Amino acid sequence: MSIIADKISHIYDRGSGNETYALKNVSFAIEDGEFIGLIGHTGSGKSTLIQHLNGLVRATEGTVYYNGQDIYDPEYNMKELRRHVGLVFQYPEHQLFETEIFKDVCFGPLNLGLSEKDAQFRAFDALRQVGLEENLYYQSPFDLSGGQKRRVAIAGVLAMKPDVLILDEPTAGLDPKGRDEILDYIAKLHEETGITIILVSHSMEDVAKYVSRIMVMNRGELLYDDTPKNVFTHYQELEEVGLAAPQVTYLMAELRKRGVNVPLNVTTVEEAAKEILKVMK
Amino acid sequence: MIRDITIGQYYQTDSVIHKLDPRVKLAGTVIFLISLFLGRSIPLYAAGGLFLAAVIKTSKVPFRFIVKGLKAVVFVLVFSAVFNLFLTQGTVLVRIWKLTITWEGLVTALYMVIRLMMLIIGSSLLTLTTTPNNLTDGLEKALGFLKIFRLPVHEVAMMMAIALRFIPLLIEETDKIMKAQTARGADFEHGNLIQKAKAMVPLLVPLFISAFRRANDLAMAMEARCYRGGTGRTKMKPLKYKKQDLIAYLVLFGYLAVMIVIRNVLPVF
Repeated sequence: MSIIADKISHIYDRGSGNETYALKNVSFAIEDGEFIGLIGHTGSGKSTLIQHLNGLVRATEGTVYYNGQDIYDPEYNMKELRRHVGLVFQYPEHQLFETEIFKDVCFGPLNLGLSEKDAQFRAFDALRQVGLEENLYYQSPFDLSGGQKRRVAIAGVLAMKPDVLILDEPTAGLDPKGRDEILDYIAKLHEETGITIILVSHSMEDVAKYVSRIMVMNRGELLYDDTPKNVFTHYQELEEVGLAAPQVTYLMAELRKRGVNVPLNVTTVEEAAKEILKVMK
Repeated sequence: MIRDITIGQYYQTDSVIHKLDPRVKLAGTVIFLISLFLGRSIPLYAAGGLFLAAVIKTSKVPFRFIVKGLKAVVFVLVFSAVFNLFLTQGTVLVRIWKLTITWEGLVTALYMVIRLMMLIIGSSLLTLTTTPNNLTDGLEKALGFLKIFRLPVHEVAMMMAIALRFIPLLIEETDKIMKAQTARGADFEHGNLIQKAKAMVPLLVPLFISAFRRANDLAMAMEARCYRGGTGRTKMKPLKYKKQDLIAYLVLFGYLAVMIVIRNVLPVF
C-alpha cells in the first residue's frame, strides 16, 4: 500500500462567499508498482491533485496517507516524503539553473544530504536512464534542444530515486518524435525499476498505450477510476467533459453500428487489428 | 503566500470609479498623496481616511482584497514604525535596557504607519480600478506636454504598462519554480542568511531566464503587429472627458480645499 487520498478537497477563497472547489471529495488508493494515467481537461484539477501527493499543497479537507502515515501529522517529515514521491512539473526544463547539466541533476540528491560522490553516481544513473548522450553531460543545459532539456529535468527528479514518480504533462509542447521518446523511456523505467508512476496528460492516446489504470478528473471530481478498457467504453461521457477516447475506440463503435460484431473495449491499434481480423475470418 | 501580492493588479467590476477617465484618477491619486503630506493632525488624517473610505466604497473593490495587498509591505511598515519609536528624542515613556520609547516617538510612529497605509491603499486603488491599457493612455496624454522636451512619453508609458502587466505573471512563475525546486528537495525557509541567499540561486536563475523569454516573445509579437513606437500612432478610443469626469475633478479639488482649510484652521496635534 503506498498512497491513499482520503476524501480530499481543496477550496480557494474559503468563507468569502465565492468559494471555488479545485478538488472535491477525491478518494483513491494507489498500490506499489502501478502505472497510472491521470487524465482531465485543462482546469479539471489534475495538477492541483498531484501537488497534494507530495505535500506541496495542503488539502483544505481530508488527508493523504503515505505508507500508512498521515502526511499532515505535525510530526511528519515532509522532506522525507518528497524524497519518496518525486514530482516532475509541467515544462520542467524551466527550472534548470546550473551551468552544467551534470551539476543540475546533482541538485536533488545533494539536497537530500548525500555525499558529493553518491550524488554523482545517482546523476550518472539518472542521465543514462533518460538516454542522454554522455558527451553532453558537461555542457550548459541551455544549449540543448527542447526534448533534451526536458529529459535532463526529468533526470533531476529521477536522481532522487523516488518510489513514486509523478509526471505532469511530460510531453506538452514536444514534437511527435520527442513525445514518443519520452513516453518510451518512462515505460522502460517502469518495467526495469518497478516504481510507481503517475502520468498526467490530457491525451488519451498517449496514455492508453502504456498505463494499466486510468483516473479521469472533471471539475475537481474523480469521474472514473478503472482500467483503460473500461474507461474508454464511456467514450460518449468522456466527450461531454471535453476529452476523447483513442481513435480506435471510435472505429470499433462505428463498425458495431454497421453490424460488425467487434468488442468496444480495445485501446490500441494492434489490439483493434487483431479483433477485426478475428471477426473477418 | 506569494500569490497574495496584489500591487499593480486590476480588479474587474462595474463602478463609477472604474468608468472615470484615467487622467482624473491619476490627478486624484496625486492630489490624495499631496493632501496626506499637508500636515499631521487627527482631524486632517480623519478627513483623509474618510475620503479614502468613500472612494473605496464607490469603487466596489472589496476591502479584504485591498488589505491583502498590504500584507506584502508589512515589513516596511514595521521597519519604519520601530525606527521612529526608538530613535525620536523627547519625553521618555519607557526605558528598556539601552532603548527608550518617547511620547513623541510613539506619536510619530503611529502617524507614520497610518500615513504609509493610506498612501499605499490610495495608490493601489489607481491600478485596481484602471486597466493597464487605460492607465498607459492616461499617462501618455497627461504627460504629453513633456514631448516638447523630446522625452519619449509614449515609450515610457508603454514600458510602465508592460511592467505592470508582468507583475502577476512573474509572481505566478515564482510560485511555480519555488514549488518545482521544493519538490527537488530545495529549502527556502531554513538556514542562516548565507544559506538562504544561496538557496535563492535555483529560484532566481530560472526566473530571470523566463522573464527574458517572455520579453523576447512579447517583442516578437509587437513587431509582428507592426508596432514602431508612438510616432504617427492613432487611438481607436481617444480619451475624452465626460460629465462624470468634470464632477470628479470638482470633488477632488473640493477635497483638497477642505484639507487645506482643516490644516490652517484646526489646531495641530
